[in-house]
Amino acid sequence: MTAPTPSPTLTERLGSLLMAPVHLLMRAIDIPLRAVQKAAGIGGMATVFLAPNMLIFGIFVLLPLVINFVYSMTGGTAFFLTERQFVGADQYARLFQCANYLDPMSCQEDAFWTAVGNTFWFVVLQVSLMILTALITALILNRDLAARSFWRAVFFFPVLLSPVVVGLIWKWILQRQGLLNFGLYQFGVEPYTWLTDRNWTFVATIGVSLWAHMGFYALILLAGLQAIPKDLYEAAEMDGTKPARVFWRITLPLLMPNLLVVVVLALIRAVQIFDEVYVLTGGGPGTSTLYLTQYIYETGFASALRNPGLAAAASILMGLVLVVLTLIQLGIGQRGEKKGKR
Amino acid sequence: MKTKSLLAGAALALLMSTAAHAGDVRIMWYSDGVEGDVMKDLVGRFMKENPGINVILDNVSYSVVREQLPVQLEAGNGPDIARVAQIKDNSKHWLDLRPLVKDAKYWDDNFGAQADWMRPDGSNQISGFMTQITLTGGFANKTLFDQAGVPLPGPKATWDEWAAAAKKVKESQKTPFSMAIDRSGHRLTAPLLSYGANYIGKDGKPAPLDKGAKDFLTKFVGWVGDGSFSKDVWVSAAGNTYRAAADDFINGQLPFYYSGSWQVANLATKIGNNFDWVATGSPCGPAACTGMPGGAALVAVKYTKNPKEVAALMDWLAQEKIVKEFSERTLFLPGHKGVVDKGGLDFKTDNAFAKAALTKYVEASKTTADTALKLPGWRWSDTVYAAIVTRVGQTLAGELKLEDAFTRIDADIAQKVKDSGL
Repeated sequence: MTAPTPSPTLTERLGSLLMAPVHLLMRAIDIPLRAVQKAAGIGGMATVFLAPNMLIFGIFVLLPLVINFVYSMTGGTAFFLTERQFVGADQYARLFQCANYLDPMSCQEDAFWTAVGNTFWFVVLQVSLMILTALITALILNRDLAARSFWRAVFFFPVLLSPVVVGLIWKWILQRQGLLNFGLYQFGVEPYTWLTDRNWTFVATIGVSLWAHMGFYALILLAGLQAIPKDLYEAAEMDGTKPARVFWRITLPLLMPNLLVVVVLALIRAVQIFDEVYVLTGGGPGTSTLYLTQYIYETGFASALRNPGLAAAASILMGLVLVVLTLIQLGIGQRGEKKGKR
Repeated sequence: MKTKSLLAGAALALLMSTAAHAGDVRIMWYSDGVEGDVMKDLVGRFMKENPGINVILDNVSYSVVREQLPVQLEAGNGPDIARVAQIKDNSKHWLDLRPLVKDAKYWDDNFGAQADWMRPDGSNQISGFMTQITLTGGFANKTLFDQAGVPLPGPKATWDEWAAAAKKVKESQKTPFSMAIDRSGHRLTAPLLSYGANYIGKDGKPAPLDKGAKDFLTKFVGWVGDGSFSKDVWVSAAGNTYRAAADDFINGQLPFYYSGSWQVANLATKIGNNFDWVATGSPCGPAACTGMPGGAALVAVKYTKNPKEVAALMDWLAQEKIVKEFSERTLFLPGHKGVVDKGGLDFKTDNAFAKAALTKYVEASKTTADTALKLPGWRWSDTVYAAIVTRVGQTLAGELKLEDAFTRIDADIAQKVKDSGL
């Protein structure tokens, strides 16, 4: 004899009423999906589910990439592909036509090689400083500080600003009649033209990008620090391990996966630097803060001497650099995983 | 059949949602002074008189018109009408209004002098009309000169005389610089022409930089080097990015500023009664005392979906009484022959400096050199301007020697001519 089924409560009835359309939809999808499964097999269903995403990826990423590559093989000033003439690898040859790659002025496209050199030094210096400052900030914010949440917000706030706003704020601070010179003048220091001195401007672009993005990387590292088990530190403390040794032997190795993510993200972002610098210095003085993305933008769109094919070729080369950086990151990541398994 | 109907309905709905509404006319407009407000008022009146036409006035910055509009046009898009300063370079994108306007002869008679500036070479197209004719020229801070006890150089004073006088004022009044010129190839071309430069070769294509051009550029770089001319504006960007130097003059920090007539309203509004200023015309060189003519044109874009409505608006705005009113309210020099010939323009300003400046510009236009008059309608003007600004900017930033800059300017221009396939 079976126990009588209890009658559904009001909540259960309401729930099943609300779920009715969902069940109906599931049944409606079920019929074609079974047919698809029959045709594609269980193994093929992953492809079916990924197809919509791949379609979007194909249209918005792969297709533009292909079109960009085709552009780089064409010449002229017209924008429509059909109005452009095929020139093969001429645009690439033009970019690489150089007597001495270390002397941009000996190259036909001197602005391109100047931008490559500027970007290289920017990436080296900015990424190194970024990691260092983000790590120090994360270590400090991980301590039991008074008003810790407030300080975290302070460091993260610039990340929320639009790069154009960041550029404008710092322009107002650094220009000849800006806030910094006003402040210095109050202390009897002669105003200085920070944004027209080649060396200072380069330093300013690094400083501003550090200020604008450091909070984001510090947050990633802070999450990594908080994931390190506390008992490891307690054990080290009981053993009387010095703080420096704790950092090198416990904190840094366990933070390495987060650090790797930060390095790669910072590298990619540094190579792509554009908006805040464009607003702050416009690439000047001369071409001292002209970075690759701005070169591509100006060559392709903004200059009266615009050349979309040359810009496309330069962007393909820049893309290759980013692919290499990503592959290095993947390689290091996989090696780390293998080490971890052993 | 049902599926086909559904698809057709969906396609129609999509078309209706994306296409411009019949009767819509979109204008891309930039302002140097108060002309945006004046145009807004005029457009409002036009819509009251023509209730079937809806005009949308998009106020954008000059850099948007300069950098983004050409890209939109190349892609076959853009507004229906645009106010532009790069008129000739994009002329293949302008709509031929000749078959659409009410009276093509009226347009030829009144706007014919500048029609070539805005149409492809060899055509008789009516593309639009000049909203203003401009002329480059100088402005002097009279108060600073008076305070320094330095008399303003006379009407035929040379660039050297202005430089010497402004330097005395700078030293006496402790201003950061004595002179400034906008970061613009168009502006720099005026003194180059006064020194005898001629950009146009015998074949109509760009000629290599000649002695006149090199002479002034050498002087200019020297003046920036010794702190006479403002370096800030010229090294504050890479490439051929435009930068105006008006702010330093407005702030009373500059004895002499070389720009043009379009700044009059801007200076009148922003300077007010803070100090006395005068328009000086263009200083002289060994060959001429010329400014560079130019201006902004209102042109119809050939990709418009509503050409009849565009022509109706252009006809309305091009009326003699409207052009006169626009010029009087904006303090712009008109490009309408009837308005100019009849004279009697009553510029709507109480500012005595602005009125005197406009009179000075009208007077200065009489000494414009022939070489200068040819450039606005020359296809390669912008190419030459861009190459000069880019390389001179690099020289002033200490990246290039002047001789190398000359070589690079010629090479850049030659490459551009080659790229164009002409």
